[in-house]
Amino acid sequence: MLLYALRRLIYLVPVAFGVSLLVFGLVHLAPGDPISAIVPPDAPKEVIDKLKEYYGFDKPLPVQYLRWLGVTLTGDFGTSIGTGRPVASEVASAFGNTIILAIAATTLAFTLAVILGTAAAYAKSRIVDRLVTLISLVGVSVPHFWLAIVLVIIFAVELGALPPMGMGPENSTGWRFDRAHLAHMVLPTIALSVIPLGVVTRTVRSTIKETLSMEFVTALQAKGMNDSQILRHVLKNAAPTCLAVMGLQAGNLIGGSILIETVFAWPGTGFLLNSAIFRRDLPILQGTTLVLAGFFMLLNLTVDVIQTMVDPRIKRG
Amino acid sequence: MAIQTPSLELGAPLVQATAAAAGRGYWKSVARRLRRDPVTVICAAVLLLLVASALAAPWLGLADPYKTSMLRRLYPLGSPNHILGTDELGRDMLARLIYGGRLSLFMGVTPVVCALLIGGLLGITAGFVGGRTNMAIMRVMDVFYAFPSVLLAISLSGAMGAGTENTLLSLTLVFIPPVCRVSESVTTQVRGFDFVDAARASGASALTIVRVHVLGNVLGPILVYATSLISVAIILAAGLSFLGLGVKPPEPEWGLMLNTLRQAIYVNPVLAALPGVMIFITSICFNMMSDGLRAAMDVKA
Repeated sequence: MLLYALRRLIYLVPVAFGVSLLVFGLVHLAPGDPISAIVPPDAPKEVIDKLKEYYGFDKPLPVQYLRWLGVTLTGDFGTSIGTGRPVASEVASAFGNTIILAIAATTLAFTLAVILGTAAAYAKSRIVDRLVTLISLVGVSVPHFWLAIVLVIIFAVELGALPPMGMGPENSTGWRFDRAHLAHMVLPTIALSVIPLGVVTRTVRSTIKETLSMEFVTALQAKGMNDSQILRHVLKNAAPTCLAVMGLQAGNLIGGSILIETVFAWPGTGFLLNSAIFRRDLPILQGTTLVLAGFFMLLNLTVDVIQTMVDPRIKRG
Repeated sequence: MAIQTPSLELGAPLVQATAAAAGRGYWKSVARRLRRDPVTVICAAVLLLLVASALAAPWLGLADPYKTSMLRRLYPLGSPNHILGTDELGRDMLARLIYGGRLSLFMGVTPVVCALLIGGLLGITAGFVGGRTNMAIMRVMDVFYAFPSVLLAISLSGAMGAGTENTLLSLTLVFIPPVCRVSESVTTQVRGFDFVDAARASGASALTIVRVHVLGNVLGPILVYATSLISVAIILAAGLSFLGLGVKPPEPEWGLMLNTLRQAIYVNPVLAALPGVMIFITSICFNMMSDGLRAAMDVKA
């Protein structure tokens, strides 16, 4: 097991190298030069050259890449062009806020998905099955940023029941576990959970249905086992597939939270990314993308390892 | 909006599909099954209507979608001359929603078609040639897989700057890896079948084998997958425009309209939600079409 995890970790090295190349390349995809974003158009040439030297943009690309990689590996992501603060600390605090929301949204989505999916797979009546299928279809088809706006319209504008934006009351800094802060989480959590709810419900339903048609279930029934005991065996067999999909969805939710965070002005990585794009703050864009991609890779690795732990049938070479 | 890679257990239905796919009879029976599926027929009709109205927009006698009027801002639904009201600059909403379909549908379909061509070519090459070529292509794809799809699209668009071309480019890049992975895995499976060996032994060239056997078998699963990808692409493209990274104003586009109408949620909330309804209808129809196609092509059924 440990050996497998280690092997997978080593395999990640070339992928991580590719990812770093791509993230580094982001800056050079940008039109014009990265310095032009922060200086006025009539700035004297000496100032521009000084700044270029300061940020290292005067060196040839491979040198720039190696320098950037070396510095980045030590955990130094550079300085934000917009605020002048270190990128690492900005990304770290935003990442914390995104995780808070992600934990709430995935908990909600996965719990509901397992219940609905299992119910649909077991349902004797077609109506239940149809209904659950419809829910999961809506989940994957609804533009979630639109749903976020609709939620704001209903619960904040019309009913005035919940706050429309922000992470907490105006004068509070950081997140605390209290009523006011939790109220701010309700709408973004719901909006974020629809996609994973749709996808995971679908997976749970089809996996359990498939498992139920396997011969071992008939054998267990013949042995006289009751339904709840059989369900345990079925869930155990369906778990690996469902876990894999859940892991991927959790990662996508964290990496894709930009639209929801923008609608609700939730100060997470997505919000940071959005403001970085509009201030042309490329170090922040790079840093956030790198951290999110790194997290996504590690999450996928963890899911793979857990999968082999749960399912001894999977032997990976 | 997350890209789901379909389960790759294409093996069982594939083998059966192969036997049936030999003649035109297979596609005929698929069409017959599709016609008998009311949900798919309705979705196809709705999509056809959307596409047709978007294409025919200039001849439908609609108001000018660009004409602003400071006096007629944010009229509610059901106003005379403006059935769906007016937006924050006094432009007719019905006209903008129908004209908006042009860009929104174009930006959803184009990246998927491009990704199908490029990703399909790469995937079939990787699967058919195998060995080092396969390694090289698939490892590059792994790098793109290390990013959550939305993050990749937004970072690329964000770095390149707003604009329709940049959005199309970044969306195409996002969709190439999943298409490549699916076509690679199907091609690898097909290559292992005896009929490919038989074809080779009887002197068929590599090109003929790819054209007849590989494409014949890859096309079905890829088509099903691509239909569901269009739904993702439409939401993602609208999302980028919503963030200000896609289409630029004053062009009518559903995502951008949602963004500019956000300021109106306190004045005219129903109006502000309308463009999203269009995105929702389009995306759910493509998803249901994909399900219908999947069911119709699955020979087991």
